Amino acid sequence: MAKSSRKVPGLNASSMADVSFLLLTFFLLVSNMDVDSGLARRLPPPTTDQTSVDVQRRNLFVVLVNAQNETMAANQQSTEWYANEAELRGEAGGKVALKDKVKEFILNTSNSPELPELEEQDFGAPIGVVPVTAAHVVSIQNDATTSYKAYIAVQNEVVRAYNELREEGARKYFNTSYGELTEEQQKQIQDLYPQRISEAEPKNYGGQ
Amino acid sequence: MPEMNTASMPDIVFAILFFFMVTTTMRSETLMVSMKIPTASEVQKLEKKSLVTYINIGPPTDTRLGTGTQMQLNDRFAQVTEIQDYIAQEKASMNEADQPLMTVSIKADEDTRMQYITDVKQALRQAYALKISYSARAGEN
Repeated sequence: MAKSSRKVPGLNASSMADVSFLLLTFFLLVSNMDVDSGLARRLPPPTTDQTSVDVQRRNLFVVLVNAQNETMAANQQSTEWYANEAELRGEAGGKVALKDKVKEFILNTSNSPELPELEEQDFGAPIGVVPVTAAHVVSIQNDATTSYKAYIAVQNEVVRAYNELREEGARKYFNTSYGELTEEQQKQIQDLYPQRISEAEPKNYGGQ
Repeated sequence: MPEMNTASMPDIVFAILFFFMVTTTMRSETLMVSMKIPTASEVQKLEKKSLVTYINIGPPTDTRLGTGTQMQLNDRFAQVTEIQDYIAQEKASMNEADQPLMTVSIKADEDTRMQYITDVKQALRQAYALKISYSARAGEN
């Protein structure tokens, strides 16, 4: 019986914590948690021949960022100049913010002949048949010496206009926020307000 | 004073360790250009890191190389004309099903002239890398 009553010596596990701490610090150091984020955009496929698509003047909203990083936003109805980013967001200068101008342009609630033409389209329940400006284009143009920062600020404001429209659409038709919708419902809202942003070929206006 | 029982400490540390092991992605490349990424409020997260290819644009970190805008592809400086080869190479290393989903993230310094970005964009068009993302940090701009 002597054999079976022999005790197994306990393994000293006190250094286990030290070892695992070492491993932990290693992974802490080599990991970078930051997920890259950005403004997603789709480029048009390359064209061999220089065919341009004709867009009716009323369907076009030109946003031009010049070499002094000033922004001009023009549609057939009105033209607005923004000298800096604060004015762009409507926080200074008492001007209508760019996003509100873009939203007004996309919606054309007043059915103005100077804003894009409305077209009845069916988006399925519960949206149903509603008039949308299916042919509108927001054209962002820039000069060769425009700074990237100003360009991104303008891009951001235009995307913000679309995001706010989608949010409003989700509240109106689904009574919830856009982020809460199912994928299919989000798709419906996206079809209702598709991002029609064109990044034009570069031009050299106010250059050297 | 009674001694505290620390027997469960390794367990806890292991739990944290596993969390970091799972979430970690190794730093793949050392940056040779310095850049201050612009901020924007409407950013989207880029899911699936394996689908993303990076193009870094900015002034070189090494000031002996001047302050002109440079582009870094993988671990070396490159010219805009080399983008097509780079994209083709990155595409080839991808799973075939993932190739149409490839996203190019343009990480550019906020003081870069748009001329450079436009050239890069045109090169990406030629290379049929049409899904792009202007890298920006989330936050009020």
